[in-house]
Amino acid sequence: MFPTADMLRIFQAHRGDAIVVPGRGARHWQQISTRATRDVPLGDPAMGGHAGFALGLALARPADRVVLFDSEGDLLMSLGILPTVAELAPANFYHFMLDNECYATTGGQPVPNAKNVAYDVIARGAGYPRAFAFDALDRFAASLPSILGQPGPVFVALKIVPEVENVPIGQRVRWQTRTRDRVLADLRAELGVGG
Amino acid sequence: MSPTQDAQLDPQLVLEEMKKNGATHVVWLPDSETNFLYQLMQADPSLRLVPVSREGLAFSIAAGLANGGRTPVILIQNTGLMESGDSLRGWAIGLQIPVVMMVGYRGWTRHGVNADSAATYTERFLNAFGVTYYLVETSADAPRISIAFEEAKRTRRPVAVLMADEYHGFNR
Repeated sequence: MFPTADMLRIFQAHRGDAIVVPGRGARHWQQISTRATRDVPLGDPAMGGHAGFALGLALARPADRVVLFDSEGDLLMSLGILPTVAELAPANFYHFMLDNECYATTGGQPVPNAKNVAYDVIARGAGYPRAFAFDALDRFAASLPSILGQPGPVFVALKIVPEVENVPIGQRVRWQTRTRDRVLADLRAELGVGG
Repeated sequence: MSPTQDAQLDPQLVLEEMKKNGATHVVWLPDSETNFLYQLMQADPSLRLVPVSREGLAFSIAAGLANGGRTPVILIQNTGLMESGDSLRGWAIGLQIPVVMMVGYRGWTRHGVNADSAATYTERFLNAFGVTYYLVETSADAPRISIAFEEAKRTRRPVAVLMADEYHGFNR
């Protein structure tokens, strides 16, 4: 397992002009990213939907690379998204998944069969042409240029250190610097999309 | 057109309404109310079909498409819509997505007596979420689809079209 922030710093060096949907890595990503208007930190509109949102963006913007940092808790809620991605096969879609083996924002309870799920195998079985899994940061860093250097869709499972929150929601420190509406308005302006 | 045909909903008209309003992607899961429409859409190169395996997935996909500048339509059955409550809330209403949901109205009978609880709860569900809906039973109702598109765009909210006819008369 490795820290999310360390992994994201490695990714940042290869980000280019990709649209990034940082999912539950957003708290760290917003301090690392240098292109906020191409970042789409949405918080948690409804659990399980980040992959669908990022897929929709990728389909809508085939000339833009879309990078998603999904989580295993989200993906387990919507495993059916995997064959949809595989069938449509957007070449600009890069599906990373943070696996901390627990529901960190609710106190760290384990996800089902937390230590024994091979998400890369599930993705490959669903039809992703390429899928990887990393539990060591140096191997991830060495492989990332090759992963991003080939067309998507690709799935990358990453074992990350849990950052468990036990503070009641009402007492948590807000880390977001933009509202959800502002994030989407900034993205649409960046992409030249009306509305 | 015979009286019988006139009392039915022509899927070609539904497709034309969608295209007239600029639909680019149809995020869908098959249902018995809309199978003929699916066959037409499949043959139409101007629409991209995005198949999902559970209806809740449709809302976040539509949100991504809309924010990327496309015009998605969601095509699902009322049963799946009801299971999708949190996705509808968070990804469509919460993100202010102007999307038309074409919803197969399983169990609908126009005389108000039905034997299918899917029909019983459909409009109650939409009312609970404050989602406006338009009933489309026959070809004469097809222009209501354009009204739904216009309302979705104006209000930046999801709007439902209840497809209250199975083209083969299953509900009658």
